[in-house]
Amino acid sequence: MLQLDHLTLAQGSFTLTANWTLTKGAKLALLGGSGAGKSTLLMGLAGFIAPQAGRILWDGVDLNPLPPAKRPISILFRDQNLFPHLTLAQNLGLAINPRLRLTDADRIRVLAVLDRLGLTGFDQRKPANLSGGQLGRAALGRVLLQARPVLLLDEPFAALGPALKAELLSLVRDLAADNGTTVIMVTHDPEDARRFADQVVLVHDGVADPPESTEAIFANPPAALKSYLGT
Amino acid sequence: MAERPLQIGALALSAGITALVLGTALALAVHAKGLSLRQADWSALRFTLTQAVISTVFSCALAIPVARALMRNSFPGRKALIVAMGAPFLLPVIVAVLGLLSIYGRSGILNQTLQVLGLPTVSIYGLQGVVLAHVFFNLPLATRMLLNGWQSIPAERFRLAETLGLPSTFRQIELPMLAAVLPGAVLSIFLVCLTSFVVALTLGGGPAATTLELAIYQALRFDFDPGHAAVLAGLQFVICGLAVTIAARFVLPDGLGAGLDRAPQGPKGGAVDAAILIFAASFLLLPLAAVVIDGAPALLRLGPAVWHAALRSVLMALASAALSTAAALSLTQATAAGTRWVEAAAMLPMAASGLVLGTGLFLLTRGYLRPEDIALTVTILVNALMALPFLFRLLLPEARNLHRIYDQLAQTMGLEGIARLRWLTLPRLARPLGLGSGLAAALAMGDLGVVALFAGQNQATLPLMVQRLSGAYRMDEAAAAALLLVALSFSLFAFCDLGGRRAAA
Repeated sequence: MLQLDHLTLAQGSFTLTANWTLTKGAKLALLGGSGAGKSTLLMGLAGFIAPQAGRILWDGVDLNPLPPAKRPISILFRDQNLFPHLTLAQNLGLAINPRLRLTDADRIRVLAVLDRLGLTGFDQRKPANLSGGQLGRAALGRVLLQARPVLLLDEPFAALGPALKAELLSLVRDLAADNGTTVIMVTHDPEDARRFADQVVLVHDGVADPPESTEAIFANPPAALKSYLGT
Repeated sequence: MAERPLQIGALALSAGITALVLGTALALAVHAKGLSLRQADWSALRFTLTQAVISTVFSCALAIPVARALMRNSFPGRKALIVAMGAPFLLPVIVAVLGLLSIYGRSGILNQTLQVLGLPTVSIYGLQGVVLAHVFFNLPLATRMLLNGWQSIPAERFRLAETLGLPSTFRQIELPMLAAVLPGAVLSIFLVCLTSFVVALTLGGGPAATTLELAIYQALRFDFDPGHAAVLAGLQFVICGLAVTIAARFVLPDGLGAGLDRAPQGPKGGAVDAAILIFAASFLLLPLAAVVIDGAPALLRLGPAVWHAALRSVLMALASAALSTAAALSLTQATAAGTRWVEAAAMLPMAASGLVLGTGLFLLTRGYLRPEDIALTVTILVNALMALPFLFRLLLPEARNLHRIYDQLAQTMGLEGIARLRWLTLPRLARPLGLGSGLAAALAMGDLGVVALFAGQNQATLPLMVQRLSGAYRMDEAAAAALLLVALSFSLFAFCDLGGRRAAA
């Protein structure tokens, strides 16, 4: 269970508060306008912003003292999810061992993940030689190998076309279901939230509201969501 | 957030650099014989400032039409000419001086031509020679800085001027750019001229043409008067410190890596531009050609002492480059990650010249160590320190970009310490690291400052050997050794630069 216990995050003069819990394996969308604080919350969860107050707990363990690499959390950024000077095999290998000292078994794991993502034979290619969709899949391979129970998505597929984005989100959903991964996705597109998430957190006016079921929140939108949707 | 070991390492290094620079300044203050200056010292101060001002004015004033002509015209060899303008920066000063002597010296081409025409000859020695040499070095540097400025003007502005039918683009478009770029160029060139030693040693001298740096050298090497050298070095330290403080208020433009990547633009200048470019190219290339022509015949006849000096110089240059590159890498990483104070420490050596630092170290170690015993160590250390501000400025923008784009990904992957250096920092910064270490190696290779102060008879580096040979009027050997020196300097630069490019590919 992920618990945000009276959490306050600050970036400059902007502050965001959150006080709620999320069950394991949930698929959550953080919905809100630009500058509402969605990415701030994600950066706080990942460990790039230290909380001003409150705690982030995973299964009762306080994550605040842990650096990003030690948290049970992996993240896909908006872009730059792979190092451009390394091959796909090396990029994915870093997820197993940051010194890239890989055993034969590790290398087989990397190839198996690439295979699972439809990237067979791409292991020696560098990111510059991949299409947008292939890059998205390769980045997913990295988080699959990190094998952490929580996955944060900071709009990693925003630059892709609608069909490709839908395909990759569906892939994330399937992989997360297979592994029981809790996924928190930032989006400003209500359609993405409807398609992907079981629950939605509305982020507005410096507050991340408690999660509500996607169906319920869109059926009976609160004032903040109405205002965001322009309805 | 910066990694803790990186932060601690960079802060320790900064403390070491600060202690070394300020420690030598303190040593100078302690050893200084009061604050009174002799008549000759006032002359040296006056000459130092006069030659620096005149050299800067000529370099920058001439660079404006040259850069403008390069900007406006497309011609075969344009790229090569711009690349050649980077050469004087790498050219050992002693070699350039020999090249200039071949053209403008007593029996140089210019005076031979004047004699044939029955005109009075000119002398290269004194103020005019010092200024000539400084313009030779700094005209290309200023040109590349200004060219960089010109190329930063969007082409749309020139098109807009055309559609508006403006009578001249100079006042509305080019002058504001010059007003922004020139102060930085002026100050950096003034700083270079202020600390000039080898030019004054070879083309100046005597009561009328001695710079402070030369006076320091003479006080230590010939008068054996460390107290007086300390007074002069302290004075030089204060003047450079003032100049650096003023320069820091301006963004110093980058004149090294730019100037090739935009198509020529703006109105064409026709015959006037052609004349300007031919003059600039001849002024730069003739002395370089003279070095090759004079040095080639005796190159294979050079004695073992010269080859030993060459080997010593190469090893010393590589050690110095490795040291300053490692220091710059550590300091830029920490600065990019937000560690405070590090940037100021990295730029601090700009306030001291090599000779001033050398004098301070000479005073600090006097009584414990013989100068000859530490000559090469001190030369390596001082050269590394002198190159540090250049390398730091070169690497910092790239280090900041690297941190901005990849730090979060690296943190989530647990890439830290050696793993981060090996798999992220070195591959991503290979290109500027190669360029920077090449510059540091070439500068150290050609240095003839601190080594002249410390080296014994059997410890000569190649530049010192060139100076000793030309001082003994063994001009054929001096020219050949100079050619060897320039070949090695350029090779070291090319080796490091290409290595960096290859690693980055």
